[in-house]
Amino acid sequence: MNDNILEMRHITKTFPGVRALNDVSFAVRRGEIHCLVGENGAGKSTLMKVLSGLYPHNEFEGEIVLNGKKVEFNGIHDSEEAGVGIIYQELALVPEMTVYENLMLGHEIRRGMTIDVHEMIRKAEDLLKRVRLSINPTAKIKDLGIGKKQLVVIAKALSRNVSLLILDEPTATLNEDDCENLLDIIRMLKMQGVTSIMISHKLKEVLSIAETITVLRDGQTICTLDRRMDDVNEQVLIRHMVGRSIENIYPPRISKPEETISIEVKNWNAYDPKLGRKVLNNVNFYVRKGEVVGLAGLVGSGRTELARSLFGNPDKYEISGDLILKGEKRRFSHPSQAIKAGLAYATEDRKANGLILIKSIQENISLANLQEVSKNGLINEELDKQTALSFVESLSIKTPGIHQLVMNLSGGNQQKVSVAKWLFVGPDVLIFDEPTRGIDVGAKYEIYNIINDLVAKGMSILMISSELPEILGMSDRIYVVANGTITGELDAKSATQEAIMRLATQY
Amino acid sequence: MSEFMTVVKKNVREYGMYIALAAIMAVFTILSKGIFISSRNIANLLNQTGYIAVLAVGMTLVIVIRHIDLSVGFLSGFLGAIAAIALTQWNWSLLPTILFVLALGVIAGLFTALPVASLGIPAFVASLAGWLIYRGALMLVTAGTGTIIIPNEAFNAIGNGYIPDILASETFLPGVHKTTLLLGAIAIVFAIFSQIADRKRKIQYKFEVSSSGLFAAQLIFVSVILGFITWILAGYNGLSWTIVIMLAVVLVYDFITRRTVLGRHIYAVGGNPEAAELSGIRVKKITFVVFASMGFLAALSGILFTARLKSATPQAGTLFEMDAIASAYIGGVSAAGGVGSISGSLIGALVYMSLMNGMNLLGTDISLQYIIRGLVLLLAVIFDVMTRKQKA
Repeated sequence: MNDNILEMRHITKTFPGVRALNDVSFAVRRGEIHCLVGENGAGKSTLMKVLSGLYPHNEFEGEIVLNGKKVEFNGIHDSEEAGVGIIYQELALVPEMTVYENLMLGHEIRRGMTIDVHEMIRKAEDLLKRVRLSINPTAKIKDLGIGKKQLVVIAKALSRNVSLLILDEPTATLNEDDCENLLDIIRMLKMQGVTSIMISHKLKEVLSIAETITVLRDGQTICTLDRRMDDVNEQVLIRHMVGRSIENIYPPRISKPEETISIEVKNWNAYDPKLGRKVLNNVNFYVRKGEVVGLAGLVGSGRTELARSLFGNPDKYEISGDLILKGEKRRFSHPSQAIKAGLAYATEDRKANGLILIKSIQENISLANLQEVSKNGLINEELDKQTALSFVESLSIKTPGIHQLVMNLSGGNQQKVSVAKWLFVGPDVLIFDEPTRGIDVGAKYEIYNIINDLVAKGMSILMISSELPEILGMSDRIYVVANGTITGELDAKSATQEAIMRLATQY
Repeated sequence: MSEFMTVVKKNVREYGMYIALAAIMAVFTILSKGIFISSRNIANLLNQTGYIAVLAVGMTLVIVIRHIDLSVGFLSGFLGAIAAIALTQWNWSLLPTILFVLALGVIAGLFTALPVASLGIPAFVASLAGWLIYRGALMLVTAGTGTIIIPNEAFNAIGNGYIPDILASETFLPGVHKTTLLLGAIAIVFAIFSQIADRKRKIQYKFEVSSSGLFAAQLIFVSVILGFITWILAGYNGLSWTIVIMLAVVLVYDFITRRTVLGRHIYAVGGNPEAAELSGIRVKKITFVVFASMGFLAALSGILFTARLKSATPQAGTLFEMDAIASAYIGGVSAAGGVGSISGSLIGALVYMSLMNGMNLLGTDISLQYIIRGLVLLLAVIFDVMTRKQKA
């Protein structure tokens, strides 16, 4: 007799023109940690939205059985009531409010007409203990690091007496220490009787924590693997996820860097007047023509600040030092000048500051280079469409058409639109900030191929990445950043993850 | 027929506004026993709409880039008074007066934009300061004289006059403005041709198009509407200068927003300012341009209104900014930025002014008028939000 806390049977969910879930069945045993993996667009998040009631029961086919009883949810409120807690990638916290206020938000404890602050703080302390977070409950959320915020969100879910916890890519934005800690917490919650379903792209993490793994592909269940019986490793998972095995996660590069230096930065310092501190301290580096240089370092080490200070300095840092682009000393006071001079920057967070989500693929692709498709300020609609169509084809962006709004695309395809935007500008130097964050294995491989194509054509790429294997697999040379300065330069052939981490934690 | 329904469903947002306008007009026509749809009243309605529609067009772009401009009502009143003073006290002739006032409008717009673009001060506050300043300025310049009567015929014609009938004839359709008919016919032919050309291009690019039957029906529908409006206007005095100016503004702005680099940049800044900045768009510059255009249109609106009244009054422009904002929202602009069309705002202004005009015709109590206008604004925004959700 198997004791399933949850069974989802024959779930089919269609959106206009797309069948997101096609007869998916999915069962979770009581007390286990169950991981859900699959490429972006495979239907993982949709399935969890069905479960949490975000899509009401009359908007999909199939049934959900929770604790042996058929349930019909009309909203998150219903599922919460039934003991299902869902935690999204986007943190749902109010930054200006304190930890305890956030934890008790919507469930404030009252004493007569007023709020019982002391009781709430005491309760908050209990909750924080459950996730082993030792912070002051009266601290403001905005003052916490991202890892701690994530734990606060989990504590908040626990306050609602959840028996089934859903975590949608909880570690996507965390650094390695915070990841480890979070996984420990999930294991500990299991001891306390909480069943967890976790969606993740990080296969190592999945293998370290999951007891059961369900693989989705193209809206269908491909298989459910039981770790007690099946022999599961990364290769197996990838094969199931993409339907083929990727022999090399990093495609080999044939081209060699040339001798010419495209960009060189000397004694580069930046002071942020808003923070009142130096964000970059005496940075020196160069990138050759046709070379991929990896910029490794922990989150907050100053990598993005470096990129932005070079790319027209939109944050208005006070800067000193030399930027030499194609042999000429330059200093840009606006991104438009950098773009004109041949320097482009693809941002780390495509949704926040990379793309215009409410606009179409066509409008996003030509946005940074409208003069190319216009004459005297008039847009040549034909040329603009043609441009978009050719990029959609050459980068194989999966979309019903170029008029599709970017917000309706999967993460990988959004990233391709962002790449297309900069390819259309045709820069000599591209700073690529977290090129594969939050995208699936198949799309990653395609992005890597694009990078290889670009350097073969003579572009220089400075690749910022938090994934060490990616840095090692894709770079010719590696710089490591810590605390706003470059702590070391490594040759990619001889570098190891340990060597990078040593430099990254050097202060 | 099923295709027709899906097309309607898909475009319910766009068509909703037109349907609402048609419904409002139909209701008032019935209640007023036909007076509402009479040539004379429609001409009057459009002339009333002119100065608000012009403001609504500018306000649309301001709201698209996530700002607001509260100063434009009294700015238009103040600049109208300046025009009156220039004509009556400085004895300037017509053209220099108009150019001077329009230039002042642009400067006023840049003045509002300065703290917003350079220091990041919320536009609500910056333009509230303008609201106070221009109100005071209007009172100041009219303090000595009170209402300034403008004797300049040519200036007043901007708000009251009609285009001359160069094809006037006593025998062929007497009492009908033939030049207006001709212009209407040209507009219909132009609309049909551009629609056909657009469809051809879409087919060439293998984009989805409606079936030829439905397309023909659309063409006929558009032609009939245009023809009907033309016929009604031609039955009175023909096209007024106000209508000509309003249409010119709408056409130019519609073109700018849909076809030019500037238009793309404005909507990109509204959609995601940071992404726009990092794509090399100068967000500051766009902010200045949009507020300058708003100031320019406020000056134009002031000229239209002053000419219509043939005088400048110390209260001119009171609450125009709110009428313009309401029109833009009825027309589907979104406060979240990046969404809203010029044609939508024109329809919004027409809906708003039709309500005012219709209720005045029926002799509805003014207190009730405000309440009804408020409810319509609320309904329009609710409708907008609901249809947006459906799409997402």
